[in-house]
Amino acid sequence: MSAVVAAAPRRIAVDKLGVFIAGLAVIAACLPLVAFRANRIVPGEGLSLLAALPGWQAALLALTLAAGIGLALLRTPVPVRLAASLVVLAALWLAAGAAASHLTPADDKLARVSPGSGFWLLLLAFALLAADGIARLRLGPWPRIAVLLAVASALALLLASGLWRDLSILREYSTRAESFWREAATHVVLAFGSLAAATLAGIPIGIACHRKRALRTAVLNVLNAVQTIPSIALFGLLIAPLAWVAANVPGAALLGISGIGAAPAMVALVAYSLLPVVANTVVGLAGVPAATDEAARGMGMTDWQRLTAVQLPLAFPVILAGIRIVLVQNIGLATIAALIGGGGFGVFVFQGIGQTAMDLVLLGAAPTVALAFAAAVVLDAIIELSAIREPGRD
Amino acid sequence: MRAGVAIRLVVLALLIAFVASPQTFAFVFQPLTRNGQPAIYLQNGLLNLTLSHLAIVAVATVASTLVAVGLAIAVTRPFGAEFLPLSRTLANVGQTFPPVAVLALAVPLLGFGTAPTLVALFLYGLLPIFENALTGLTTLPPAVTEAARGVGMTEGQRLVGVDLPLATPVILAGIRLSVVISIATATIGSTVAASTLGEVILAGLLSSNLAFVAQGGLVVAVIAVLIYDGLSALERLLAHRTGQGAR
Repeated sequence: MSAVVAAAPRRIAVDKLGVFIAGLAVIAACLPLVAFRANRIVPGEGLSLLAALPGWQAALLALTLAAGIGLALLRTPVPVRLAASLVVLAALWLAAGAAASHLTPADDKLARVSPGSGFWLLLLAFALLAADGIARLRLGPWPRIAVLLAVASALALLLASGLWRDLSILREYSTRAESFWREAATHVVLAFGSLAAATLAGIPIGIACHRKRALRTAVLNVLNAVQTIPSIALFGLLIAPLAWVAANVPGAALLGISGIGAAPAMVALVAYSLLPVVANTVVGLAGVPAATDEAARGMGMTDWQRLTAVQLPLAFPVILAGIRIVLVQNIGLATIAALIGGGGFGVFVFQGIGQTAMDLVLLGAAPTVALAFAAAVVLDAIIELSAIREPGRD
Repeated sequence: MRAGVAIRLVVLALLIAFVASPQTFAFVFQPLTRNGQPAIYLQNGLLNLTLSHLAIVAVATVASTLVAVGLAIAVTRPFGAEFLPLSRTLANVGQTFPPVAVLALAVPLLGFGTAPTLVALFLYGLLPIFENALTGLTTLPPAVTEAARGVGMTEGQRLVGVDLPLATPVILAGIRLSVVISIATATIGSTVAASTLGEVILAGLLSSNLAFVAQGGLVVAVIAVLIYDGLSALERLLAHRTGQGAR
């Protein structure tokens, strides 16, 4: 099969994107693959590919890289390019862990080995190749989720196998494993809890706005204004009213409401989330074809029946698009909650900034980015699935 | 419409007066303070912070506009067509990066201060402008581009004389989005020691002085709203001039 594909174009064609990626990869290969530091805050010493890995591993990685660069450079079939990029990415991940284990003295608890600029640039180059492959293959929603699950399980396997245990970010993790999972839970509760609250409140508000024109202008103007308040200010400004509520409303303090902590963070996130949900509900309902609505009315459906059986199902993909915006945005914004004692991954980011310990920043930032990315992929797939089902429903 | 302009001018005048002489307005923020805390942040001067905030946003936006529009032009030409699917994917993926993460990860490369904030705002501002420029350049009315080709305009002439002017309102909408995001995001830059209005808010959070938080947040929000409205008006004007007024 592959012989047929390879034999078809006789002349060697060069891929333009491949030239860019190959150039990036060659530069990256000359930069330090990992950085070694005697402890977590002193400046590091960069080690090249050859110095960072034992002989045969260095040779293997160099060969894999060369093969990957070659396949990227030539105009090869898309599945081959995608497979090559995934193999190189896997090799890079494995090499980072191997280099850390190789460089760290046996019983040294202070030494830190972190991925260097060369590693990140190589990762970027081949992630670009993989992204291009996935974009050109035009994968459907289910295959995209399958790819995401495969990558996630590969990462989980790597983490569980202990191959990465000497990497600096996992060193930071091992000393605060307990608080990591606690903050992770807080982060997820903040992001998804505010999404749920905004959806439950936003869709009815959106329906009301759709029906009353005057209400629509007023509500959308207010929600637009809320968006312009910088997040750290909104989080801060809610401290006072919530402290007042906790002190004066019976039972509020028992529910965990207090001036600092998760409560103001949650309220701020909901406030930011309302605009996309309400605006998209209004746009979605406005997009329901008048003829369809008329037909439903002609069949003798009541207002409520038309809303639940015709209008909302038709507006659903647009509302979902609003929910996607909110979820991705809130996963990122929840990091700010740490500034007002609300917890979440931001705790590690801001602690890391305070101690100029970048491994700690990474411990907070990496799972945030991964979570936001996964949420975007899954919701994009769901939006596509719900839009595909639509024509069959009319 | 006239009343709207008048209200905005009054708000602008109030903003300038407040930033230039914040002490005059101390009585407004006094009720928010406790235990004799100062009502107005005086450390680095509100005016300095506001100007530096605006300068950082302006530099980052100009840079991201140039790069984003340049990239959008490149991938919509025959030569760069191979990069089009990838650039779409990247613009989509890029938006999942939270600004705090971009900011924090730029610090090891650039150190503390203004530089990482500039880079984060630049990268974050690229996406909306790029997406809109792409939309603007790929959804031109076919009749117009055909006509331009028909009168014998070269590729370069069509780009400068027809495609870009027609796409300008859409590109401007992207710039507007990017500026508003940047104005809010620049406040987070203060966590890595950039001198922006976030400094006022952060000082308020650290000393639990709500007056600081309120004045910092208010100035940033008012600036964002005014710039948003100003750019919207500019967009309508340009759309009108290119004959796309009814939108």
